[in-house]
Amino acid sequence: MANVRIGALHKSYGSVHAVRGVDLDIPDGEFTVLVGPSGCGKSTLLRTIAGLEVADSGDIEIGGEIVNNMRPRDRDVAMVFQDYALYPHMTVFGNISLSLRARRMPKPEIEERVKRVAGMLGVRPLLERYPRQLSGGQRQRVAIGRAMVRNPRVFLFDEPLSNLDAQLRDDMRGEIKRLHQEVATTMIYVTHDQVEAMTLADRIVLLRDGVIEQQGAPLDLFERPATLFVAGFLGSPRMNFVKGKLERTAGGARVRLGDGGPILDLPLGRDSGAGEGADVILGFRPEHVRHATADPVADGQARVDSEIELVQPTGSRSYATFRLAGQPAIAELQTQDVTRAGERIQVDINLRRAVLFDPGTGKALPE
Amino acid sequence: MARALLSLRAGSLRAGFARVLTIGLFVIFVLVPLYWVVITSIKPSSDYLTTPPVWFPANPTIVHYTAALFSYRGLQGLINSLIIASAATLLSTLMGTMMAYSLARFNTGGRHLALWVLSQRFLPPVAIVLPIFLLFRTWGLYDTLTGLVLAYTFMTLPLSVWMMYAYFQQLPKSLEEAAWVDGLSRWQTFWMVATPLAAPGVAAAAVFVFIAVWTEFFFALILTSRHAFTLPTIFRAFLGFQGAQYGEACALATTSLAPSIILGMLVQRHLVRGLTLGAIRG
Repeated sequence: MANVRIGALHKSYGSVHAVRGVDLDIPDGEFTVLVGPSGCGKSTLLRTIAGLEVADSGDIEIGGEIVNNMRPRDRDVAMVFQDYALYPHMTVFGNISLSLRARRMPKPEIEERVKRVAGMLGVRPLLERYPRQLSGGQRQRVAIGRAMVRNPRVFLFDEPLSNLDAQLRDDMRGEIKRLHQEVATTMIYVTHDQVEAMTLADRIVLLRDGVIEQQGAPLDLFERPATLFVAGFLGSPRMNFVKGKLERTAGGARVRLGDGGPILDLPLGRDSGAGEGADVILGFRPEHVRHATADPVADGQARVDSEIELVQPTGSRSYATFRLAGQPAIAELQTQDVTRAGERIQVDINLRRAVLFDPGTGKALPE
Repeated sequence: MARALLSLRAGSLRAGFARVLTIGLFVIFVLVPLYWVVITSIKPSSDYLTTPPVWFPANPTIVHYTAALFSYRGLQGLINSLIIASAATLLSTLMGTMMAYSLARFNTGGRHLALWVLSQRFLPPVAIVLPIFLLFRTWGLYDTLTGLVLAYTFMTLPLSVWMMYAYFQQLPKSLEEAAWVDGLSRWQTFWMVATPLAAPGVAAAAVFVFIAVWTEFFFALILTSRHAFTLPTIFRAFLGFQGAQYGEACALATTSLAPSIILGMLVQRHLVRGLTLGAIRG
C-alpha cells in the first residue's frame, strides 16, 4: 500500500521524446488509468514506474521514497504484461510462486499463499499445467495471480486485456475492478481503450504526445473535457463537433452554425469568455440529442430540422447521422424514432451539456 | 472433372516419386560411406581391396578392434577424448552462455566485442599453436588433459558465444522483465528464466562444441605425446611404412562415431522442442 508521486518526468528513446514533463500524484489505494492513443507515452510512463526504464530526469516516489535509482525488485511493485509474459518452462504453480521462491519464503507458506490466490482467481485446478496448455483468459488470470501473490505496494497493468476477445475482455474487466475493491491497493493501469478507462478508473489520466492533456474523475473528463482532444477521445460514438460563430445577445450568447445555418441560443450559464463574432466549435454528445416531441422546445434545448443520412441500429438505440449547417453530426435516438435514411427529422440538442471550444487553441471556453 | 482429378493424381504421384528418389539418393550418399567403414572394421585383411568389393564379409572378425583398442592404445585415447571433450563442452557452453547473455542483454563492449570474440576464429590455428606449445611447456600443461581442456575451451568459445548470442537475441525480453519485477536479481533471472528458455540453444551449442573437440587433430597432435593423446591422433599410426591398416583404422573410426551418435540422440529432444511456445499470446 503506497501512494505514487511523479515529478517533472522526462524520458526519451533516441530522438523520440516519449514522456515530456509529467507530474502526477496518485493517492494510496486509487485506481488510476493512463489512457491515450498509441505513442502517447503511457506505456513508457508505466515502465518507468516499474523500473524497467530509467528516467532521463524527474522523480518517481513510491510510498514517500524516491525510487529513481532502485532496481525493479526493490520497488515492491507488481506488473501484468500485455503478452502475459508467463514463464513457459514453469507450471502455473511455478509461475505464481517464483517471486516468493526468489525471496526464499518457507515452502508451506508459499503453498498456502499460492493456493489462496489461485482460489481467488479460479485457477486452482490448473496449478500443475504449463502456460501453453491454458486458454487466453486462464493465462491472464495466472498473470494477475503472479502479481497478487506478493501483496505488492502498487499494481501496474500494461494493456492487460488487449489480447482477449471481446466477451472475455468484458468479464476480465469486471474481475479486475472487483480485485481492486477487494485488495484496495494502488493500481496504475494503461490502456488505449476509453471504455476500459471509463469503467475501471477512479481517476483517468489522459496522455497525448508525452504530456498530460487532462486528468480527473472519469465523469469529470466526460462532462467537462478541457480540450477538443479529450472530448473526442472519450465517448463512443465520439462527441459531435460543429463549427460556428459566437453572437452576443442582450441576455447571453448564441451560436450561428455555418453561413445561414441554424442559430442556437446558448442557455445562461453556458456563456463564454469569447467575444462577438469569435469562431467557436460547438461540441455535443450524441446521447444529448433527442427526437423532438410535439411539446414546445424546452429551456436550454435547441430544435433543428434535418435529413437523416445514415442509420446504425444497435438494438434499442440507433445512431442517426444528420447534417447541421452542412457538417455531419450523430444523434443517439430510440430505434423506434428513426426508421430509415432520407427521412426528415426534428431533434432537440441539449445545449446545457454542450461545450464550446476555441478552434485556434483547441481548448474549452470557460463556462 | 474426372480428367482433372486424374491429372492431379498423376501430378502428385510424380511429385511423390521425385521426393522418394531425392530422399533415397541422399540417404545412400550419407549411409554408404558409414556402412563401408563399419563393414571394413570387421573384414579379414584379405577382403580389403578385392575386385569386386566385398559387401558382406563371409568371415567377420573382431581382431581389428582388439588391435586398435589395445595394441594402438585406442582405449586410452577414447577415455582421454571423452574426458577432454566433455569437460571442454561443459566449460565452453557454460562460459559461452553467460558471455552471450551479457552481450545480448547488456550490450557489453558496445557493438564490437561480439565480433572481436568471433575474430578469434579468423586466426589460422597454425599461427597460435607454437606459442601455446611454448606456454604449455613452461606452465607444465604440455601433454596433460587439463591443458587440452583449456585449449579447446577457448578454441570453441567463439562458437558457443555466437550460437547463444543469436539465441538470446530472439528470446522475448518481457519474460526477463517480468522476472525482475517479480523480485529476481539479474543473476537469478539468468539462471531461473533466461537459461531454461535457451535450453534448446544450449543443447545445440553443446553438440557443436563436442563434435568440434572430438574430431580435432592438429592441437592434439602438437600439445600431447604419450599421456594426454586423443582418439584422432591415433589414426596417423595406421598409415605406417607397412602400408595402411584399413581394418584397425575403420575399427577405431567406428568406435569414435558412437559417442557423437549417442550425444546427438540424447539432446535431439531439446534441439527440436520450441520451448518459448505458449509464453506469448496465442
